[in-house]
Amino acid sequence: MADDAIKTQHAVEENRYSTLNLGPTHPATHGIFQNVLTMDGKVIIRSEPTIGYIHRAFEKLSERRPFYQITPLTDRMNYCSAPINNIGWHMTVEKLIGAEIPKRVQYLRVIIMELARISDHLICNTVIAVDTGALTGFVYLFQFRELIYEIYEQICGARLTTNIGRIGGFERDFNDVAWAKLDKFLKEFPEALKEFENLVKRNRIFMDRTIGAGPIAAARALNYGFTGPNLRATGVDYDVRVMNPYSSYEDFDFIIPVGLNGDTYDRFMVRQEEMWESMKIIRQAIEKLPDGPFFSPNVPDFYLPPKEEVYNNMEALIYHFKIVMGETDVPKGEVYHCVEGGNGELGFYLISDGGRTPFRLHFRRPCFIYYQAYAEMIKGANISDAILTMSSMNVIAGELDA
Amino acid sequence: MDTTHEQIAGIIKEKFESEVLSVETPYDFLTIHFKKEKIIDLIRYLYDHPVAKFQFLTTLCGIHYPDQKQIAVMYQLHSLVNNWRIRIKIYLPEENAVTPTLTNVFAAANWMERETYDFFGIKFTGHPDLRRILNVEDMIIFPMRKEYPLEDQTREDKKDFMFGR
Repeated sequence: MADDAIKTQHAVEENRYSTLNLGPTHPATHGIFQNVLTMDGKVIIRSEPTIGYIHRAFEKLSERRPFYQITPLTDRMNYCSAPINNIGWHMTVEKLIGAEIPKRVQYLRVIIMELARISDHLICNTVIAVDTGALTGFVYLFQFRELIYEIYEQICGARLTTNIGRIGGFERDFNDVAWAKLDKFLKEFPEALKEFENLVKRNRIFMDRTIGAGPIAAARALNYGFTGPNLRATGVDYDVRVMNPYSSYEDFDFIIPVGLNGDTYDRFMVRQEEMWESMKIIRQAIEKLPDGPFFSPNVPDFYLPPKEEVYNNMEALIYHFKIVMGETDVPKGEVYHCVEGGNGELGFYLISDGGRTPFRLHFRRPCFIYYQAYAEMIKGANISDAILTMSSMNVIAGELDA
Repeated sequence: MDTTHEQIAGIIKEKFESEVLSVETPYDFLTIHFKKEKIIDLIRYLYDHPVAKFQFLTTLCGIHYPDQKQIAVMYQLHSLVNNWRIRIKIYLPEENAVTPTLTNVFAAANWMERETYDFFGIKFTGHPDLRRILNVEDMIIFPMRKEYPLEDQTREDKKDFMFGR
């Protein structure tokens, strides 16, 4: 009904509305996507999103690549927390081939995934602060994202698009530098995060800007397929880590923070609390870390053997050749595996027909699914709230467009 | 098939006995192959069912089977209350892939169906805004169909026989 009212009004007073292009490369959108806004003064009447500017056809590309070559594609979806994508993909393949993964590998994966979650939420939350006018927190906390990236660097040699680990485990164990940096992170980050929190959490300006901005009700959010912090901000405690535990998440003690109103402030606070919980999980994982191999010895068809063995051992050389040439046999089957990504349920739906590449691979990208609610959420808001809503939803263009 | 799977399959067969083509549980995931005509009725029934409550659409995607000349649509639902997951597949003929839209039940289906249309050419009747979403609008093909190969077909060095297949 509201729509009709707007349309009739539109017909009568055509000159009253103005059109505004938000994006594709507006600095406030933090990514390449466009919204054509119909504005009545500073109030948004209608918004028409256009996406697909950085579509790279990952699903099609995957159909011509051996399994291990798909990992770097997953990096480029949510590039703020690439390790979660990588490990989610590894676990999907491990499910398909029925690999048993040693406890140590699972715990190391948990450590990395939680670091990735912290770095993801860190960017999102500090950027919300930037959009409300507080640049300090962003610049200050970025040194800790840098530290997380240095830890990645020690583990896999890369920083942003990590391609971390392999099917079956890791390419090498964590070295001393990585453990030292992890210690440093756990010691220094809480203080800095606390400082940042004190800066904004009870800040009058910040609260005025974010409370009530871009709200969504729980029922509506579920209908729109929201997952992750955006759903939890509305009060629904759905978290894949608890609902369908993977990689030994059931061994750790942590809580799922939930919000109430589903507005920008709640999304900010849920992410903030999740960072504290992630740190709790990392501490527990380090404490309980079992001994054992850093890769699964049962999947020689998929796990690249160490280089010394390749040079000295005939079997290892054969496996190396077979894996690199993509000649390993894969069981036929359909698998769905999901992990709790930075933005919610990141799912991999894989159909294998026994060939060396997937027959079909579909990514359930949380961003793509919840971003469609954006037009509804900003209807009737003014433009500064729309910007805040977008940054607090953490829309990542790479994940949106695949 | 364990008891939960049997229970869910029982709930479906209670009302749609003749429409269920087959029930499988690959990798412990209940998969229902269903006749295409009643798919929306089924999903609405599962949504409203007092026990099942499949009220969350996890994902929806197309799959092209060139050998059978069929395009499948896969719906994956999640009952958050019971933590049940279910996958429903329907099969449409390749040359006339038309099926009703799910947007009246799940708002989330809107872009998912647009994406499926964009890549597979499946027409969702009744969809409010069925346009291409990720590809350019003047594209004339549906690129995820298997007849559009990714790599240059004149290349010999990547043929399967090079890898002993």
